[in-house]
Amino acid sequence: MYKAEVRGPLILGNKDYSQITRDIIAPIDARAPIWWKVAMGISLMAAAWGMVALYMTVRYGLGTWAVNNSVAWGWEIINFVWWIGIGHAGTAFSIFLLILRQKWRTSINRAAEAMTVFAVMCAAIFPAIHMGRVWLAFYIFPYPNTRGSLWVNFNSPLFWDFIAISAYLLISASFWYFGMVPDFASIRDKAKSKVKKAVYGLLAFGWTGSSKEWLRYEGLSYILGGIAAVLVVSVHSIVSTDFASSVIPGWHTTLFPPYFVVGAIFSGFAMVMTLMIVIRKFYKLEQYVTDAHLNAIARILVFISLIMGSSYATEVFMAWYGGNEYEMFTFFHNRITGTYTFMFWAMITCNAVIPQLMWSKKVRNNITALFIISLVINVGMWYERYNIVVTSLAKDYLPSSWTLYSPTWVEIGIYIGTLGIFITGVLLFFRFIPMIAISEVKSVLKPTSITKYTKKH
Amino acid sequence: MEKKYWKSLEERNDLPVENPGSRDEDASKSLLELINEEIANKPSSRRSFLKLAGFSFATAAIATSCKNPVNTAIPFLNKPEEVTPGMANYYASTYFDGHDFCSILVKVRDGRPIKIEGNDLSSFNKGGTSARVQGSVMSLYDDGGRIKNPLIGGLDTSWEMIDQKILTKLTAAAASGKAIVILTPTVVSPTTRQLFTEFIAKYPGTKVVTYDPVSASAILQANKDCFGLQVVPDYHIEKADVLVSFDADFLGTWLSPVEYTRRWAEGRRLTDNKKNISELYVFESGMSLTGANADKRFAIKPSQQVAVILNLYNEIAVASGGKTYPAPVSTVSVKELAVKLMAAKGKSLVISGINDAAIQVVVNAINMHLGNFGTTIDLGTTLNLRQGFDQDMENLVTEMNAGNVGAIFFYNSNPVYNYGDVTRFREGLKKVPFTLSFATARDETTKLCGYVCPDHHYLESWNDAEPKKDQFTLQQPTIRNIFNTRQVQDSLLKWSGSTLDYHAAIQKYWETSLYGKQSKYGSFRDFWNHSLQEGVFELPNPAWTLPEFNSTALDTAATKTHPATKSGATELVFYETIALGNGYHANNPWMMEMPDPISKVCWDNFAAIPPKMAERDGIQNGDVLYIDERIELPAFIQPGQAEGTIGIAYGYGRSETGKVADGTGKNVFHFMKAENGFRKNSISVGTVRSIGNQYKLASTQMHHSMENRPIVRETNLSEWQKKPNAGNEIHEEYEKQKFTLYKEFIFAGHHWGLGIDLNTCSGCSACVIGCQAENNVAVVGKEQVAMTRIMHWIRIDRYYSEDPQNPSVYFQPVMCQQCDNAPCENVCPVSATNHSNEGLNQMAYNRCIGTKYCINNCPYKVRRFNWYRYATNEAFDYNMNSDLGRMVLNPDVTVRERGVVEKCSFCVQRIQEKKLLAKLENRELRDGDILPACVQACPAGAMVFGDLNDPESRISKLFNNERTYHLLEDVHTLPSVGYMTKVRNRDEGKVS
Repeated sequence: MYKAEVRGPLILGNKDYSQITRDIIAPIDARAPIWWKVAMGISLMAAAWGMVALYMTVRYGLGTWAVNNSVAWGWEIINFVWWIGIGHAGTAFSIFLLILRQKWRTSINRAAEAMTVFAVMCAAIFPAIHMGRVWLAFYIFPYPNTRGSLWVNFNSPLFWDFIAISAYLLISASFWYFGMVPDFASIRDKAKSKVKKAVYGLLAFGWTGSSKEWLRYEGLSYILGGIAAVLVVSVHSIVSTDFASSVIPGWHTTLFPPYFVVGAIFSGFAMVMTLMIVIRKFYKLEQYVTDAHLNAIARILVFISLIMGSSYATEVFMAWYGGNEYEMFTFFHNRITGTYTFMFWAMITCNAVIPQLMWSKKVRNNITALFIISLVINVGMWYERYNIVVTSLAKDYLPSSWTLYSPTWVEIGIYIGTLGIFITGVLLFFRFIPMIAISEVKSVLKPTSITKYTKKH
Repeated sequence: MEKKYWKSLEERNDLPVENPGSRDEDASKSLLELINEEIANKPSSRRSFLKLAGFSFATAAIATSCKNPVNTAIPFLNKPEEVTPGMANYYASTYFDGHDFCSILVKVRDGRPIKIEGNDLSSFNKGGTSARVQGSVMSLYDDGGRIKNPLIGGLDTSWEMIDQKILTKLTAAAASGKAIVILTPTVVSPTTRQLFTEFIAKYPGTKVVTYDPVSASAILQANKDCFGLQVVPDYHIEKADVLVSFDADFLGTWLSPVEYTRRWAEGRRLTDNKKNISELYVFESGMSLTGANADKRFAIKPSQQVAVILNLYNEIAVASGGKTYPAPVSTVSVKELAVKLMAAKGKSLVISGINDAAIQVVVNAINMHLGNFGTTIDLGTTLNLRQGFDQDMENLVTEMNAGNVGAIFFYNSNPVYNYGDVTRFREGLKKVPFTLSFATARDETTKLCGYVCPDHHYLESWNDAEPKKDQFTLQQPTIRNIFNTRQVQDSLLKWSGSTLDYHAAIQKYWETSLYGKQSKYGSFRDFWNHSLQEGVFELPNPAWTLPEFNSTALDTAATKTHPATKSGATELVFYETIALGNGYHANNPWMMEMPDPISKVCWDNFAAIPPKMAERDGIQNGDVLYIDERIELPAFIQPGQAEGTIGIAYGYGRSETGKVADGTGKNVFHFMKAENGFRKNSISVGTVRSIGNQYKLASTQMHHSMENRPIVRETNLSEWQKKPNAGNEIHEEYEKQKFTLYKEFIFAGHHWGLGIDLNTCSGCSACVIGCQAENNVAVVGKEQVAMTRIMHWIRIDRYYSEDPQNPSVYFQPVMCQQCDNAPCENVCPVSATNHSNEGLNQMAYNRCIGTKYCINNCPYKVRRFNWYRYATNEAFDYNMNSDLGRMVLNPDVTVRERGVVEKCSFCVQRIQEKKLLAKLENRELRDGDILPACVQACPAGAMVFGDLNDPESRISKLFNNERTYHLLEDVHTLPSVGYMTKVRNRDEGKVS
């Protein structure tokens, strides 16, 4: 029999199964609270700004951005990598913990997966929009065509990227959706209005909850989990080859694939933490997302932070040890010192130094502190991508081509827009989908619930 | 019993099978009938299908065809002789704008001139050109700038009307006894000069006043004083081992830079088994192209030049036993230089661009002592490009103000813009009752003229020229006049009552004056046709003897030169830029956007301040300075600018000429003052203060140090003589390390390569504009340039090293290196950029989706992105936004769409053209057949293009030279472009 003696109970409060269902689908039945409406309004406005910026980009050209003939990638690629990184968490969270049979994931995985889907959607905007001729984006699809057939360049990391991201989006979305089927069924069963019944009924795929269904359901999660686990690693490794396979100092490094994957998980987990703190605060789900959950995430973060720190150190060390003068310049005169010093040290501080505070139990138990640190990490991860993308390009081989780059309102607008889209998505998720996987949470109720546990003794 | 198998209960029980149609009935019909019947019964028949399909096709056809503009191509009914659509014709012609001269070939495609190339038959420029010459084709299609009809009082009129009125006016002016003045810059056309005489004969009060905005009148005066010859001599720079220049930017702007660049390069070339190169000393205030190429440069104030020149004279006079004169203390020691010059007696040359006759006399005396007349200075084949005396213009303005001028004709002159005392000129002009301008394009003076008889553009005109004594060239129209214009000479002929047209007049002149001087051609027709085809007719250099040097001239000059130097005062130095010169071409968007080779700034002029001053006064680039309480200009910290001086370029601040030039920069011609009859290009000023504003200058290069990277490799002559790979030792190392795991590219046919000798590249940027004209490179405007988005396919990188007060300067033309292991190629997701089997890195614009990864991954950063749509876009209202402006585009090169990447193609269209030609002529391609636009334009012959697979080709030999290396060869990109090390001649104490 499963006993969790080291870890405390995963769900607090003397809950029974129907209580759990009621608790979790309460926000779906309740009227939208004021804060939700305000937040929705703001994020829609942000998304609208993004739409205007996207319109400018497509209508007038990439000239509306500040990227130039030396720094041809700017905020759009920074934000792309940043979002993809955030989009890692959900899948990484669910899958790795699923495979490792970490039951505490059950309260969190649904939200994390939702976040993944929205983040990857936001990320996918950038590679498309950064194309000079987005209307010809389909040239990147490898399909037999009337142009020859003219095939894509299978050597190009951008093509790998396209495949990796599409595959990842597809698998994470399916994983997320299939995980929700039993919960949709629960809502359908509880729903009073006909419309709701019909909609959730459709979404529930005729789920009846038979043992056969549960068996297949479990099987499917493991299969999808297995595929997604590979993708989690591959997608960001491949994103990293966008840089690593180039010849540009600061990009051309074999460290990138693991460093990118770990970085992605880092930012993703930080974002999960941010989101979970919001959920438990606003939806009063502290008994499901307990302090222990946050504590566990914090421990993971502090560990990843150490990996990040050593990655940064390795990069700098290899630049020195490799003795390549261009790389030396990039690291020592354009990052550690030089024009872009702020970005470098912001990255170090946010990603490698501040998370170390979480060694202290006091900090780990302080929700506000955790909330702030989780935000700091995401800011830091943004700076990391800024460091990689901009500093390497701004000053590469020939000093005659060195230049500076700072974004225009259009580039900032697109970023704000994706934040808007992301938050809109998350808010809709809060409103219409059970935030916690009801069926999965129920599975961890019995052996770990404190009441049941004590009763037995 | 037999088993009974059944399929249905009906069958088993032998019940009749229910069937809607009667089988018996059907059986009687044929299959075809059945089908027809079935179709007829169905609601959709074949007939209705066809109806529907027809309707949809028709609708779709109408709907889609409505949106497509109808373009009609009308074939020739009778094919004009020599014009084959798609084939270019080249016509020899001449470029002379009153300032720069070049013998050219005009490339004409389908009846329109689209490109200027140097005429290699001319001994003057031997195929070389300058940036301005390359760009001059654009001004033909200047829609906004050119005057389209004759104007009276600013209103369009007809030629008959204007002729009538002018004839009355002329007669009146002649009758009034007042002067009729034709104001021109130097006229080098012998026929036009003769025509002037005829005009004077008809209207005896006529005076032709030659006014060169930037003149050589001091040289003319000095030679008159010293030798009694009022000439500009021919300077044989190639024959000089030691060259000394005092403010004479002979590689950039002084007198005849295209020719001088070629001659200088001859003296600097180390290929062809040469073991020695010339040595160049430059004394100047601002950093000029010549100063940038100097072996030793001295940054001194203009007022300090006199002392240096006099001291140099004294040193040399002492050494050669001549008379010395008291001289002020020189800021730099010239002892060593004097020794060097003495050692190179007869093989040295001292020149000065200072417009002060006294100084020029002393310079003459120095050359006299050095025995340079007759060797490096030729007083026989004199240069005719500057004949104007500054004093003539001063006199004219006085006369005008006195009311003694009855009529003034401006031929190619724009004194309202480029004359110093413009207020006095304007006042004088008001007193002239009859003012007429012959300008081709709008300008400041034309605006004030009552009558405008617009001249043809030079590509629409007949003309001849004698740039040097006894060297003649012809100019022929390459297109019918686009607007309702008339050539000046035709106007003058008409008004003098001649029945000839100018074409006939030229022929007459050539028949009477030149035909007899040759014996090669038996008939004039033959002579004329050949001269016209070749563009040049050159007589052997005349023999001459050196007249006695007038030493009294030196006595007067040596005492007169002492200037009243106000020590400590800031001196403004005005200079011409490589791009705009005297401002005549300011409305040409190509020229306006050409980065200055030194400052790398375009679209503006600025106050170039020395780094020390910037440091002392806390001035940053772009801080607006208020100079002498007269003019506001942004500061630009110019390394090498002499302490106590500020350099400002002429040619900017046009106001009435067109959308490109108007309002860009400030005009500083109005600062120029004549002193003793010579306009000075420097003045002392009072205060210079920062007013606290910031102004954005558009620069194409922000970083100026090579950061100790082996980008431009250099050595010293003595090192090179010891070891030919001096400075380039690492090349060998890299070659040894070259190793790859991958299959190497094999080029079975050709393998194109380009070599650039950094020792003879002066940085003049002719290649930049040549490339722009050839490849339809877009002009993007100041704002975009400032965002690092200039589109040029070839750029001249300029680096400084050592002391910022007086740095060494390096130029390096960088275009796509056509790497055989190109980083751009493997990252393109759609294979839009790929490798040809001739080693070209090619761009398929149609395939490009604009991910820009190739731009990032190019270590040379030579790829350019179309950030906006640059053609037919109101926001980029340069030449590609009007039908006329687009006529300059080369039909062989695609105009790139928004969102695609572009870059140098090694002029693949030219490669293909010559390959096809060779195939048609059934022969092998010859080495040197193919000249990319940059190679063609180069006046120094610093670039070589050819087939690396041919071991005998020039390029193969160049690639095997010990001096050759590849840019960033450690990145293992395997470029097809090679650079040759820069060899300076800086050996201390070396006596050549």
